[in-house]
Amino acid sequence: MELEEAKELKERCSLCAAVSWGLTDEGKYYCTSCHNVTERSKEVINTDIIPNTKIKSISRGLKRRSKLEKGWDWYVCEGFQHILYQQAEALKTLGVAPELKDEVLHNFWKRYLQKSKQAYCASPAYTSRRKAEVLDGNVPHSDRASGPELLSDTDWASSCLESGAESQSDAPVTKPLAAPRAPHSEAASVCSGSLDGVEYSERKEKGVVKMTVPGTLALCYLSLLWQREAVTLSDLLRFVEEDHIPYIKAFQSFPEEMKLYGRDKGIFAIESWPDYEEIYKHTIEIATFLDLPRFPDITKDCFLHPNILCVKYLLEANLPDEMHGLTYQVTEMTGMGEVASLTFDPVAKAAKTVKYDVQAVALIVVVLKLLFLLDDNLEWSLSDLAEVNNEKNKTEKPWFSFRKWYCVMKKTLEEKKQEWEEARAKFMWKSEKPLYHSHIDKPVAYKRREVVVSLQKQFSALAGPTLTVAKKSPSSFQLSWAEGDPNRTCFHNHSLRGVLLEKGQALLTKNSLYWLSTQKFCRSYCKHVTTYEESNFSLSYQFLLNLFSFLLRIKPAFLHDEVSLIEKKLFKKKYNETKKNSRFRKGRR
Amino acid sequence: MSDLSEELTRPGSDGDQVETCVVSGAGMHFPWLRKHLDSVAAGGKKKKDFAQTTGACLSLAQEALLQQQWPRAAEFMYSYLQTLEDSDSSQRQAAPEIIWKLGSEILFYHPKSNVETFSAFADQMKNIGVLNYLKISLQHALYLIHHGMLEDANRTLSQAETWRYGEKSSSQEILINLVQAYKGLLEYYSWSKKKMELSQLDKDDYAYNTEARNILSHSWKTSVHFSALIKTPGVWDPFVKSYVEMLEFYGDQDGARKVLTNYAYDEKFPSNPNAHIYLYNFLKRAKAPRSELLSVLKILYQIVPSHKLMLEFHLLLRKSEKEEHRKLGLEVLFSLLDFAGCTKSVTAWRCLASYLRQTLMANHLGWVQEEWESRRNWWPTFHFSYFWAKSDWKEDKDLAYEKAFVAGTLLGKGCKYFRYILKQDHQDLRKKIKQMKKSVRRYSIVKPAVD
Repeated sequence: MELEEAKELKERCSLCAAVSWGLTDEGKYYCTSCHNVTERSKEVINTDIIPNTKIKSISRGLKRRSKLEKGWDWYVCEGFQHILYQQAEALKTLGVAPELKDEVLHNFWKRYLQKSKQAYCASPAYTSRRKAEVLDGNVPHSDRASGPELLSDTDWASSCLESGAESQSDAPVTKPLAAPRAPHSEAASVCSGSLDGVEYSERKEKGVVKMTVPGTLALCYLSLLWQREAVTLSDLLRFVEEDHIPYIKAFQSFPEEMKLYGRDKGIFAIESWPDYEEIYKHTIEIATFLDLPRFPDITKDCFLHPNILCVKYLLEANLPDEMHGLTYQVTEMTGMGEVASLTFDPVAKAAKTVKYDVQAVALIVVVLKLLFLLDDNLEWSLSDLAEVNNEKNKTEKPWFSFRKWYCVMKKTLEEKKQEWEEARAKFMWKSEKPLYHSHIDKPVAYKRREVVVSLQKQFSALAGPTLTVAKKSPSSFQLSWAEGDPNRTCFHNHSLRGVLLEKGQALLTKNSLYWLSTQKFCRSYCKHVTTYEESNFSLSYQFLLNLFSFLLRIKPAFLHDEVSLIEKKLFKKKYNETKKNSRFRKGRR
Repeated sequence: MSDLSEELTRPGSDGDQVETCVVSGAGMHFPWLRKHLDSVAAGGKKKKDFAQTTGACLSLAQEALLQQQWPRAAEFMYSYLQTLEDSDSSQRQAAPEIIWKLGSEILFYHPKSNVETFSAFADQMKNIGVLNYLKISLQHALYLIHHGMLEDANRTLSQAETWRYGEKSSSQEILINLVQAYKGLLEYYSWSKKKMELSQLDKDDYAYNTEARNILSHSWKTSVHFSALIKTPGVWDPFVKSYVEMLEFYGDQDGARKVLTNYAYDEKFPSNPNAHIYLYNFLKRAKAPRSELLSVLKILYQIVPSHKLMLEFHLLLRKSEKEEHRKLGLEVLFSLLDFAGCTKSVTAWRCLASYLRQTLMANHLGWVQEEWESRRNWWPTFHFSYFWAKSDWKEDKDLAYEKAFVAGTLLGKGCKYFRYILKQDHQDLRKKIKQMKKSVRRYSIVKPAVD
C-alpha cells in the first residue's frame, strides 16, 4: 500500500476536509486521514518507460506483473557483446588507450559476428542486424523486422546495443525465414532466458568457433596484442582473478530486462577462473577463425619485447639489474628478439603466438642457470664467496648472494601463496540474484538465496575484521621491493661481480658448466613439448620454476617447456650433434 | 512444507549409503579406487574451481576450528555458505549437514555468540532439507539443556516430536524415539525434583496428596516416552536408569525387572557392562535369591573382570556350598588383582589373604597352584617389588601387612616383600607380624629345600 502522499492534488477531502492524498494500487486518489477513495486517477505523465507495450493498467507497484513475464527478447551473442563491452570499459579504467574499446575490439567483434553468422543463415534476426555502435547506449530500436513472427508478445527490440547505424555487413542479407524457427523458439524460451539459449548450447558446427566467456577474454587479449599494450596475458588473467575485469559474474550487470535462466546458466555463469593455456589456445583459434592479418610488429621498444619484459620480471623477482645485460645477450644469440619471430601472424602456416611473459621469465631462468648452474651445489658455494666478500667490503656495492636471495624470496613466496589461497577460498562465486533452471525453480532458488543471505549476516557479525578482503588496487607488479627495509632486502643493485670473470674486454661466467632441461624432445605428434618430472631436477631449479609459475599463475611444467625450447635454440649445435650421433649409431647397425 | 524442502526431496536425493571403498571378490580393499571410478563416472570433466575453492574453504575452516580461532572460522563459514547454492545437486544436498556441524561448533564457542544466535541458526538450518530437522532439533535441545534452559529445550523437543514427513518418517524413527526419550529425561528430572520436595513434606499435608497425584500423572507420560526407545538396540544408560527408578518408586517391580533383563540379556543389544550392573543392583534391592545374583555377576565377570563389584561376587561365591563356586571365587579374586585398579585396596588383599589361608587349610593346594602358574612370572614385579614394599608400608601399614602375607605364601619366606615387612618394627602390628611369620611358614606353597 503506497503511503507516500500524492502531492499534486490540492483539494479538500469531501468527508474530512483534510488535504492529504495518497494513491491506491489502481491509481486512484484516496484521503489518508479518512481513507475515502475518490474516482480521480493520477494522470500518466511520462511514458518513456513504457514504450510500445500495450498499456494494460496503471500500476504503481511492480507486484502485479505476471509471473511469466519474459522481459526483453535477447540472443546469446548479445549477452556476449554486453560482456565484452564491460570488459573493454574495465580495461579503459585500467589505463589502456580508448581506441581499444572503440575500434579494435569492436571491429574484432563485428568480424566475429560476420564470420560466425555466415555459416548460420537459418535465423533471419541475426543477419538483418548490423553491429554498429555497440557501445553507444541503450537507445531502443525496433530494427528487428523479423520480430513479430517469432514472438507474440511485444515487438520490443531487446537489443541493448542497437542504435541507428546502418547495416553494412558484407554478408548477404538473407530473407527472413520465420516458419521453421518460430515454434522452436517458443519452447526454447521456457528453458532459457535468451531466445536461443538451448539451441546455442547444443550447436556443434564445424569450422565455426562458438563464443564462450573464456572466448571473450581471448578477444580482449587479441585487441591488447594488436594495440601492443603493456598488458601481458598473465597480467590480464590476474586482473580477472582480482576482479578488476568482469568475468565470473559479468552477467550480473546485464540490464534488468535481460532475463537469464535455464540454459543461459551454462553459457554465462562459469565457475572456474580462466586458465592461461586455455585462453592461449582460444586466442589462436579465434585469430585463425577470423582470418586476421599479421599483427603490428613487436619491435625493440615494445613492452612485449623480451628486452623490456625481462626487466620487468627482474624487478619483480628482486634480481640484480645487471642480469639484464645477460638476458639481452641470450635474446640476441637465440634470435628471439627478431621482429619476425615475435610478431603474431595467424595466417602463417604454424600460427603460434608468442607467450611473451612465459618466454621472458624462461629467459631469466636460463640466465640464472648460466650464472649459478643450479645443481644444488655451485650456487651455494658461490654464495659463500659472495658473503665473505660482503663482510670484508661493507662500503662497496655488495655482491649478489644466491643464498640470501633465496631466503628472502622463499619467505615472500610462501606468504603470498598463503594469502592467495585464502583469498581464493573465500571467493564468492554466486551472484546476488540467483540463477534458476526454469520458472518452476525460480521461487526455490530465490528462497535459497534468502536463506544464504540471512545466514551470512549471522556469521559476518561474528567474523573478524578481515571478512571483506579489500579489493587491491590493480597493478602490474605483485611484488615490489625497496631499499631500506632490513627484512626485505632489495637485490636490485647488487653486483654480479662474484659470478663473473673478466677476461680482457669480455666478461665470462665463473661457471662454465650447464645442464639441459630436456635432452630429448617429444615428437611432433605429441601435444606437449616435453615432460616435467620434479624429482629429476635440482631443488633450486624447482624453486625457481615454482616462484615464477606462481607469479604468472601457470603450471611449472609449462614454464619448464619454455625453458627447454630456449635452450634448444641456444645450444642448437649440441642438439644437432647428439642427433647426428644417434643417427650415426643407428646407421652402423 | 515449504517449497524449498519440497524441491530438495526430489528423486536423486535419497540418502543411499555409498560404499566408501570398493571391495573386490578376493577380499582386497581398494579405498582409492572409488575416487577414480567417481571421476570416470563424471565423464572425465575437469573439476570446477568452485568445487576446489569451496573444498579449500572447508579445510581452512576446520583448521581454524582446531586452533580455536573462532572469528577466523566464522569468516570461512561465511564463504562456505555458498555451497547451499551449489549447482551440483549432490554437493548441495550434503551441504546443510556440514554447515550445521561447523556452524554449531563455532556458535557454541565463539565469545560473541549467545543462546539467541544459536537458536536462530538452528531454526534456520532445521528447515533446509527435510532430513535434518530431527537431528538439528535434538542437538539444539541439548544445547539449551547445557545452558540450563530446560523449558525451551522441552518446547523444542515437543515440536520435534510431532514431526512427520510421509515415508521419510520411517527412516527417521530412531531419531523420533531419541527425541521422545530426551523429553522423557527432562520430565524425569522435574519428577525427581518434585520427589525430593515431596519427601520433605509432611505426609498428612494436603499439599502432599496433590503433589503425589501430579507426580503420578507425570510418570505415566514419561514411561510412554521411554518405552519406544528402550526397545531399540543401543546403549541407553541414562534413560534406562531413570525409567527403572520411576518404575521402582511406583512399585512396578515386574516392569522394572523386565526392562533391566531385556536390556542386559537381549542379544540384539550391544554388550554393555552397565546393564548388568544395573540389573544386579536391582536384584540386590529386591532381595533376589543368591543364584540369580551369581548368574548376573558371572556375566559381568566375563566382561569386566576388574570391576569392583567383583569383590562382592567373590564374597558371594565364598559363602556358597558348591565347590566349583569356591574355586571360582579364588579365580575371581586373582583376576581382580591382575589389574591396577585394586592394587591399593586393603579389602581386596585382606580377602585374598584370608581366602588363601582358607583354601590351603582345606587342602586345595591344586587350586592355588593353578592360579599362580600363569602369574608367577609377573606378579612379583607387579605387586611385590622392593619399591612397593617401601611405599606400601609408608602409606598403609594394614595393606602392607596383608600383602606381605600373600607374598610370603606364594613366593616363600625368602621374597623381598615379606622380608622387608618382617624387618619393620611397628608397635601394633608386631604381634600380627609374628603370627604371619608362623602362618607363612606353615602354608607357603613354596617349600624350602629339605636340607
